[in-house]
Amino acid sequence: MSAATALPATVGAPAARVPEKKSRRPWWATVVGILLIALLLFPLYWMLNVSLQPAGSAVDTPVLPFHLSFDGYRTAIDQQSQNLLTSLVVSLGSVVVSLVVATPAAYAMSQFRLRGVGVLLFAILISQMIPGIVIANALYSAYNDLGLLNSIPGLILADASAGIPFGILLMRAYMGSIPPSLVEAARVDGAGQIRAFFSIVLPISRNALITSSLFTFLFAWGDFLFALTLTTSDDVRPITLGIYQYIGTHVSDWSSVMATAVIASLSAVVLLVFAQRFIAAGVTGGSVK
Amino acid sequence: MAEVGVGAPGASAATRPGRSSDEPAARQPRGLRSGRGRERLLEVCFLVPAAVYMVLFFGYPVVKNLMMGFQDYTTATFFTGEAPWVGLRNYSAVVGSSIFTKALLNTALFTVGSIVGQFVLGLAIAVFFHRKFPLSGVLRALLLLPWLIPLIAASAVWRWILDQDNGVLNRVLDALHLTSSHPGWLTSTSLALIAVIGVNIWIGIPFNTTILYGGLQDIPEELYEAGSLDGATRWRAFRHITWPLLRPVVTVVLVLGVVYTLKVLDIILGLTHGGPANATQTIATQSYNLSFSQYDFGQGAALGNILIVISLVFAVIYLRVNRRAVDE
Repeated sequence: MSAATALPATVGAPAARVPEKKSRRPWWATVVGILLIALLLFPLYWMLNVSLQPAGSAVDTPVLPFHLSFDGYRTAIDQQSQNLLTSLVVSLGSVVVSLVVATPAAYAMSQFRLRGVGVLLFAILISQMIPGIVIANALYSAYNDLGLLNSIPGLILADASAGIPFGILLMRAYMGSIPPSLVEAARVDGAGQIRAFFSIVLPISRNALITSSLFTFLFAWGDFLFALTLTTSDDVRPITLGIYQYIGTHVSDWSSVMATAVIASLSAVVLLVFAQRFIAAGVTGGSVK
Repeated sequence: MAEVGVGAPGASAATRPGRSSDEPAARQPRGLRSGRGRERLLEVCFLVPAAVYMVLFFGYPVVKNLMMGFQDYTTATFFTGEAPWVGLRNYSAVVGSSIFTKALLNTALFTVGSIVGQFVLGLAIAVFFHRKFPLSGVLRALLLLPWLIPLIAASAVWRWILDQDNGVLNRVLDALHLTSSHPGWLTSTSLALIAVIGVNIWIGIPFNTTILYGGLQDIPEELYEAGSLDGATRWRAFRHITWPLLRPVVTVVLVLGVVYTLKVLDIILGLTHGGPANATQTIATQSYNLSFSQYDFGQGAALGNILIVISLVFAVIYLRVNRRAVDE
């Protein structure tokens, strides 16, 4: 991005054609772009539209909620508020666990020359190939023995299995660019390894920590597989499972199902609005590295 | 194999090569003073939580699953604690089942169809966004939404959009006089897999677009200028400049896509639950069914292990690609 904008100033004569070409990108590109995004986001609009329709009128849903009704949301909150709370607690717990486990490892992997680093990196890359159902299959019996089925800590730990490898890869790439001299300087001033980590490395890596936390939250919030397999009762029931239970039966009231889906999707919308640059960094950072 | 990995982290940090030569020298005197062993131990401690977690939540499940594949592991096991060894019986039962061939074929079709669709559309949209226009940044951000919301929420709305009688898709098709027969997208055995693939393509487009867009942005503008002097514009520029330079990113996107698509469960369970008549049953969903609907964890594990082997083939490709990307 920066290369493209910096170019005209530096290249000189041949570049004169480029800015002209760039600025000539016509207005219709914006129109096409809006139509394209509108088409791609239509299902999300439909989710919102149906959620605002009166219950029972879902047959031949009008294109706009002419008879605006919040009944769907009332039902959704009535039936799902406990599940939403569960999801929130599990997701936040997952973020904390992931940060505590992943951050020191990412730092060690990017700055220390240790033999275990290669093995751990290899394990993390391989872990991405392991299907969730395999993990769930084995965890179910282990959780059963340990009494972790239907428990918040059980779900937090299982959900962190998405955030921890992702966080390590993302933060390791970021921390690799911290000049070692910074840490060395602190060490010369008498700071221990651990103090250097907390007072130098963590503040510098703030952005990577935020990005990694946001994605861990979204992974855990959207988790369906572990919620489905590691809970057997209604006691601990994340919101994703609430939606699944709705659509698992014959649905008669789509407005409350869609209201629940909208509420469950709000976290993503909020994060996209308020933390867009971190989100964009996470999509590319965690996958390519 | 460890040697392969050891090279990687060092090479990825741009600062590394210059540092590694003077680092030991810098550390030596302090090491001698405070005890080099203690320092090392402290460094290792940074890795310990992650290593323990990886062992417990990835290592253990894989080993456990391998063992369960050879055991008669059912609900009874949870009461009696006994899971008799049955050799290859789970595997022969799973592979011999009529669902297996179907699930294998569905998995292949689902994966290939999803990847091709996501990639082609994702690349087209990335190219479209490559040259900026008013609002392009906002629109690109909005595009991420379908990928960020919970998969099960997306499945729920698609369930209703694709509904045979009252779904908005059939109503639109009706209004446009394209078809008035109201196809049962999720209830017909011939259409369900296509519908599920379509929804999965929709979910994957944002990811593909974002990564490919990033790759496009990294191609130096000078190359296009030089190319345009030689008469390479539009399609020719894409073929001779964009595509070759985008290749590494393309490989990563495709391999990651395959690995992720192989394990997809949420969308299929949410849309069709593998039905109708196993028309959308994949290896992953069937493994789930065996374990958590029929409570035959041994057979579920056996099928899960087969899925791991399929994924591992791509894992090898992934690691080789990754290594190449890191080396560059």
